[in-house]
Amino acid sequence: MTTPALAIRGGSVLTDGSSQPVRADILVVDGRIVAIGGSVEVPSGGEVLDATGCVVGPGLVDLHTHLREPGNEAAETIETGSRAAMLGGYTAVVAMPNTTPAIDSAAVVEQVLRLGRTAGLCEVLVAGAITVGRAGERLAPMAEMAELGVRIFTDDGAGVQNNRLMRRALEYASSLGVTLAQHCEDAALSEGGVMHEGAWSARLGLPGQPSEAEELMVARDIALCRRTGTPVHFLHMSTAGSVELIRRAKADGLPVTAEAAPHHFTLTDACLAGYDTVFKVHPPLRTDTDVAAVKAGLADGTIDAIATDHAPHTPETKEQSMLDAPPGMLGLQTALSLAITELDLPIARVFSLLSSGPARIVKANDRHGHVSVGRAANLCVVDPLATWTVNPAALASKARNTPYAGRTLFGVVRHTVFNGLATVVDSTARR
Amino acid sequence: MKHLLSIEDLGADGLEHLLTLTDRFVEVSQRKVPRIPALQGKTVVSLFYEDSTRTRLSFETAAKRLSADVMTFSVSTSSANKGESIRDTVETIEAMGIDAIVVRHKAAGVPLQISRWTQASVVNGGDGWHQHPTQALLDCYTIRTRLGSLRGRSIAIVGDIKHSRVARSNVQAFTALGAEVTLVGPATLLPPSLEGWPVKVEHEIEAVLGRVDVIYLLRMQMERTTEALVPSLREYTSIYGLTDERSARLADDVLVMHPGPMNRGVEIGPSVPDRPNTVITQQVANGVAVRMAVLFELLTGERS
Repeated sequence: MTTPALAIRGGSVLTDGSSQPVRADILVVDGRIVAIGGSVEVPSGGEVLDATGCVVGPGLVDLHTHLREPGNEAAETIETGSRAAMLGGYTAVVAMPNTTPAIDSAAVVEQVLRLGRTAGLCEVLVAGAITVGRAGERLAPMAEMAELGVRIFTDDGAGVQNNRLMRRALEYASSLGVTLAQHCEDAALSEGGVMHEGAWSARLGLPGQPSEAEELMVARDIALCRRTGTPVHFLHMSTAGSVELIRRAKADGLPVTAEAAPHHFTLTDACLAGYDTVFKVHPPLRTDTDVAAVKAGLADGTIDAIATDHAPHTPETKEQSMLDAPPGMLGLQTALSLAITELDLPIARVFSLLSSGPARIVKANDRHGHVSVGRAANLCVVDPLATWTVNPAALASKARNTPYAGRTLFGVVRHTVFNGLATVVDSTARR
Repeated sequence: MKHLLSIEDLGADGLEHLLTLTDRFVEVSQRKVPRIPALQGKTVVSLFYEDSTRTRLSFETAAKRLSADVMTFSVSTSSANKGESIRDTVETIEAMGIDAIVVRHKAAGVPLQISRWTQASVVNGGDGWHQHPTQALLDCYTIRTRLGSLRGRSIAIVGDIKHSRVARSNVQAFTALGAEVTLVGPATLLPPSLEGWPVKVEHEIEAVLGRVDVIYLLRMQMERTTEALVPSLREYTSIYGLTDERSARLADDVLVMHPGPMNRGVEIGPSVPDRPNTVITQQVANGVAVRMAVLFELLTGERS
């Protein structure tokens, strides 16, 4: 495919392996980066994007996106979710399999991949289910799905409860070159819980989920990873105990990786005080101690990726009681800004957590997570010092359930470049 | 005061004010025709998503004695069963022209959520494990009538604190009015954290029998045994029940209270309700007057 040449001028470029951005222009021809330098010549007919004041980094990769299609198109579609992603600086998202039907067969994988390509706003990758219907009873055809390019499997929304079945899944997957990702939640311990179990749940009179519901499954899967050698990725780690378990597993040299969601390093269970269901999420918002531990894990490399767990829900379903409303919150358009605003990390580390780290985990790092000559031009241009105020109505998602309404954040995504095409220019969707 | 959602919102002054106001409505309730025109032309809706005969009747009686119009919205006959969201239901009811909504729901927080979706005053008639503020008010009123004041009094709340909106409201109300509160129950029936709760804890009823002015018994639900919270009701009764034998050892002036409905033979001995200072029926009687005071205050008081 031939696309017009594109130059990104005036920004500071975060090239592969560099610890900080350096003033440079970038020239993109036919979807690839062909030059990075002090100033580049733009071929006639080429487009120039102004990046003054901006950091030019690799396009973001979200390991954890609920696109809701097929099955719940009232909340989100692959097209609207992709649009939210590109406006948030993403060039790839991993669609979670808890759709209706679940992504547990080659047919549904093909459907989602096709709809992603048709939307064409970012690359839509797929996480396949580990078990049929995510029911935790029989293995889903992982090899057939892997054949179509699926590199990560999970029953996200629930953990695989049966120890024996999880062992078998890891053994079976060991020859497929894939990673199994776990939503760590022991269902017997968490049953009925709608928030973190602790001082706030006691006071608010809401049933809680104890930290141990997450930590027991983290510990189990580390043990099974040690036995089988199959890589395990831990989804949305939320407790101090989980972070410590993963830190030790990595020190032991096990092939484990982990992600954290922005809400788990920015919000606590105190947010539930007003019984606003927008703060209901699984795993739940935890305590200040847990937030500090997640931040420390993001800083020291225990946690490899920031993943949104973008979970759109229609207003009608969220306008239920705390017991009845579904868990989940939007994340694609706020993740980068929250990382810039709330994490005291160098911008290179922020991009590592949001782009190259997750790209490696989902094995899309041949085409995402890089800024260097010869690589595919998947880029995110962000002004880290500019501010914006989150207005739910202005988000591209179909749903409105952001917990950050009214918050002013640093970090405005100015341009997004997907496969050499400018999809977002001056913070406005072009497609 | 626009809404009554939680005891915490009232504070000691708000509690005292409503308790003093209640005296007037106790007097009204004792008249031959116990009705005054205070809320004539006002409409009060009872919106009960959870079964409750006594609380609903108490509120509706209170509203009628104040000459308000009363609408009953009961979930079994309503559109909520057809999947209508709470917000849509509230907006529909509001369109009929109403002044107050009394809400009961199985989930904590629903009255507060509803207060964000309506112009009417919202009264919490019990939300999940969270709050039951008019129960706490009538309990305080009952204790005050018998003991003069709560200040310096020692009160034990015995039983399933964890799942009890009555316990949460009463801990706040009793301590705000100067009483000292001891919670008595097994760890499985206590909240997962008592951080910030101004209470003591005991794990057997014998530990408080000789030293408290009020024993407040909570209903022990049968299903707690299937949830492995207690081994059996028999064992519960042996450690936490105010049995006839234990009751006989109480000083005569110790008050025994219960929010109802009772499980005679489980948390309360068969003959304990008939003891002179067991005030369970007085609690019910005071409930109507307290709810008259609350509705009167919300619908005629200064709007902030």
